[in-house]
Amino acid sequence: MRPFSYQRATDPDTAVQALSAAAAANNPLTQARAQPLAGGTTLIDLMKLDVMRPAALVDINPLARDWSAIEPKGDGVRLGALAKMSDVAAHDEIQRNYPVIANSLKLAASAQLRNMATLGGNVMQRTRCSYFRDVSYENCNKRNPGSGCAAMDGVNRMHAVLGVSDQCIATYPGDFAQALIALDAIVEITGKSGARSLPFAQLHKTPGNTPEIETTLQPGELISAFSISGRWPRSVYLKARDRQSYEFALSSAAVALDVQDGMIRDARVALGGVATVPWRAREAEALLKGQKFDDGLAQRVADAAFADAKGRRQNSFKIALGKRVVARALQQAVTMEI
Amino acid sequence: MSDSSSSKQSAFDRRAFMAGAAGSVLVPITARAAAEEARAPAAQDPALPVDVTLRVNGKDKRLHVDARTTVLDALRDHLKLTGSKKGCDHGQCGACTVLIDDRRVVSCLTLALAAEGQEITTIEGLATDDRLHPMQQAFIDNDAFQCGYCTPGQIMSAIACVKEGHAKSEADIREYMSGNICRCAAYPNIVAAVKQAAPEIMKG
Repeated sequence: MRPFSYQRATDPDTAVQALSAAAAANNPLTQARAQPLAGGTTLIDLMKLDVMRPAALVDINPLARDWSAIEPKGDGVRLGALAKMSDVAAHDEIQRNYPVIANSLKLAASAQLRNMATLGGNVMQRTRCSYFRDVSYENCNKRNPGSGCAAMDGVNRMHAVLGVSDQCIATYPGDFAQALIALDAIVEITGKSGARSLPFAQLHKTPGNTPEIETTLQPGELISAFSISGRWPRSVYLKARDRQSYEFALSSAAVALDVQDGMIRDARVALGGVATVPWRAREAEALLKGQKFDDGLAQRVADAAFADAKGRRQNSFKIALGKRVVARALQQAVTMEI
Repeated sequence: MSDSSSSKQSAFDRRAFMAGAAGSVLVPITARAAAEEARAPAAQDPALPVDVTLRVNGKDKRLHVDARTTVLDALRDHLKLTGSKKGCDHGQCGACTVLIDDRRVVSCLTLALAAEGQEITTIEGLATDDRLHPMQQAFIDNDAFQCGYCTPGQIMSAIACVKEGHAKSEADIREYMSGNICRCAAYPNIVAAVKQAAPEIMKG
């Protein structure tokens, strides 16, 4: 690990100032000289691998005093960005009214990592692409812009089939983000020019020609909270993976339904493990609205969700697997008792 | 499993011999004021070591270390508490699991600087006098290890697993202990050990 300076920020202004001061103009956030340290489960790991090389760490954990509450907001809920994954997963209200959130968190990582990792850090976690994580490979457009992509024709079984470009096929690895994008969450952000908020769907950017730019956050900006309106007791997070526990998704689905008298009034479908960013399957959702559920409909929805999927040599199986995950998640959501 | 780490080290100690002249200034202190003084450092020169006070197994330990030092390296290399093991050093294997403020975490991804002011409990802090912690005893009773390298992490994780209320069924134990990898695959016996110790730990 390269040397860095360490500073503990006890209030948001100090944190924003310290992060902004060290941020060079036009730097992508991921390569900014100063990085915020929350749970550290991504950052310290990638610093040990020499993938991330910040010259300064700003420890924002003291901000948890104000930024970790799980509280009602309007008819919905607000989750502080420094709340720990384990605390949110175990929260009664979240388990009851947002099972898709509770399960996306519970099925991620290990108990130890969930105790450390925060919600804000979780959505900002970097890809698990082996070529990105191994600096002995020069060709990684995300880590080393313009250098090419070793995964395109390399070992790409874990890689994305949706939202890909000819520059990058690295999978967005998280689970919780799929729940947030499905439920139309709003991200609250604190920065130099005060607070702003944006739909969660606008936080991440597909790789396109600039895979090194992963989000619309600017250096010096911090996520302070996520808020969700309404309640979604009929929601599930289904995760298919190589091991039953402590593994990233090969394919996952976050599904939330509003069903009245057998009629689907509102439907949300988001996909994980198969896309370069948290992925909302809006065309697929549209097929569900106003319909009665049956297996044929589930199949059509699943097909629509993967209509634009592009498989490569080793990851094409994710298209067939992903469709089954969507169909099964829908079935579970329809039949669950609430 | 030793009941005490530092006080009963034998005169001929393999680790002490191998450690040679390496090491850092290590001054255990008890004064609260000194601990407070070491808190909340401003941005420091990355080239210079920093003062850190870690509270480990109920005692304040003052260290003068590189800012990059993790809790795991602080424990093993600077405090000679080698019970916590370094397996992957990337948060994947769980061998380095310790409790920080009673929550299980991987110490290899926790910076010592970020752990200041928190209560760190390691495998060396479990036994009282000559009595093993119920989870330590359960691991022995159930033969819950072969090589033993993952065992300190397994035991720390298992204690937290029980206290979190995640040891009520074998399926739960398997799910919530998945962050601790055992290369010898002693899993069935580990599950049995956690089941045995759970009621005693919950009783307090």
